[in-house]
Amino acid sequence: MLAMNYRGPYRVRIEQRPMPEILHPEDAIVRVTRTCICGSDLHLYHGMVPDTRVGSTFGHEFIGIIEEIGPLVTNVKIGDQVLVPFNIACGRCNFCKQGLYGNCHESNPMATAVSGIFGYSHTAGGFNGGQAEYVRVPYANTGPTVIPPDMDPDDAVLLTDVVPTGYQAAEMGGIKEGDTVVVFGAGPIGIMAARCAWFFGAARVIIIDHIDYRLEFARNYAKCEAYNFKSMEDPVVFLKKITDWYGADVCIDCVGCEAEGNALQTFTGKVTLMQAGAATALQWAINSVKKGGIVSVVGVYGPPFNYVPIGNVLNKGITLRANQASVKRLLPKLIEHVQAGRLDPKGLITHKVPLEEIADAYHIFSAKLDECIKVVLIPSTKS
Amino acid sequence: METNNFDYKNIPGWGLDIDEHNEPTYPMKNYTGDDHKRSDYEKPPQQPADVEILQSTERPALSAVFGNASPPSGLSGMIRRYAFKHSEDRYRHWIPLILADRVNAWEGIIDDFRKGIIPNIPAERGWKSELKYNRAGLTKKILVTGVISLVLLSYLTRKKR
Repeated sequence: MLAMNYRGPYRVRIEQRPMPEILHPEDAIVRVTRTCICGSDLHLYHGMVPDTRVGSTFGHEFIGIIEEIGPLVTNVKIGDQVLVPFNIACGRCNFCKQGLYGNCHESNPMATAVSGIFGYSHTAGGFNGGQAEYVRVPYANTGPTVIPPDMDPDDAVLLTDVVPTGYQAAEMGGIKEGDTVVVFGAGPIGIMAARCAWFFGAARVIIIDHIDYRLEFARNYAKCEAYNFKSMEDPVVFLKKITDWYGADVCIDCVGCEAEGNALQTFTGKVTLMQAGAATALQWAINSVKKGGIVSVVGVYGPPFNYVPIGNVLNKGITLRANQASVKRLLPKLIEHVQAGRLDPKGLITHKVPLEEIADAYHIFSAKLDECIKVVLIPSTKS
Repeated sequence: METNNFDYKNIPGWGLDIDEHNEPTYPMKNYTGDDHKRSDYEKPPQQPADVEILQSTERPALSAVFGNASPPSGLSGMIRRYAFKHSEDRYRHWIPLILADRVNAWEGIIDDFRKGIIPNIPAERGWKSELKYNRAGLTKKILVTGVISLVLLSYLTRKKR
């Protein structure tokens, strides 16, 4: 089968690999029909995530058809069209039982801080991902969810990560009716978080980025205010000023470790790797939120540590909330939003590329060429 | 390890202010109290380990499932084995892993040559799309790299003379 093969920072290629096998009685093999490149895949592609091994296949956003199941799989059957949450979750540990499917304790032996994630380095369990024609899906009784027959596959594939992560980012913000919400980062997750903030009763949603075409896209898609921080002297002062010198009620970091906008953070986080990426967006979120406000973090950071103004978290009485999205918990509600036409996930897709052209697809997304927002890869075995 | 055998519920005031609605993790977490059972839950069947799996020192055993992609090998594998002797709390864990990743990229190139594959690095880096969408940027990159290389080369050759 064809699969993406990581060769080192900024280098990927497509090549023939052995077919995945059932390795556990609750495994399934899925024939991939759509798979995306996530913004967080770029952290792997750029060599920012420790224990990203050459030869790995990335991809944690995919849908497909069940081709084979292990002897203990009962919730899905061969031929089902399924969307597969990016988290690998057993469904029975004490974290899963409490809805924390993104924190499963039985899917990653290599690190305790993060549960298993498809195609997301050995730090997240060493699983091959879905940027391939076929993929092994562990715990097939828990994760894979049958796609409703009337759902567009382009909508379904974005329900595996982008929509739940954007939604949970807004949910963790504890948004109250009338709140002002600031979202840092106008990538697919940030745009979705801004869109979802309205579901919780926000009165004003502001998105901050430095790429004009993305800000324009966010303005139209998420119906929010959009500002370029490169046109400001100081984004924190700007945000204080436009919120009556009070600060936003909720700030959401949808950027993570590759933020721009602060020379010291960039030098220490991206150039010299003296911290786990540049935490500029998180720094701005903490400093822009009101006293007693909430900062929600879904941007991905590496494991060691980051320079953030933790003293201000104390002094301002900020509540900091963060987690990997619990996709399975959110799916019923989000499927309902999509089916009712309240959410249009596929509206984020700007590029559909054959799986064979994955190296170009990564570069287009990474270098933000051709006004790229979201790339979907289509394997030739899709039908 | 010492354990507390006394009944903490006899401490004056214990539990008087319990407020079940004060659950800041909701709705992310539907708190059931199962956390107090710790690691006591129905374990899924264990996946057999058919390749070398490096395990965090912060857990007692392998998780029930795991990935078997790219087992550790070569020099990078040696570095990774060293890293996994240290907990996730230590730089001695993470810094060697980043180093191993860089070594592994070179091992990948050597391995390609060993298999008779000449890695097409421009294609792997997606230069076709750069040429299509950012021709001016690519030309600039090539020119800047060329000029810097020429300057360095002439400096080095002059120094030798």
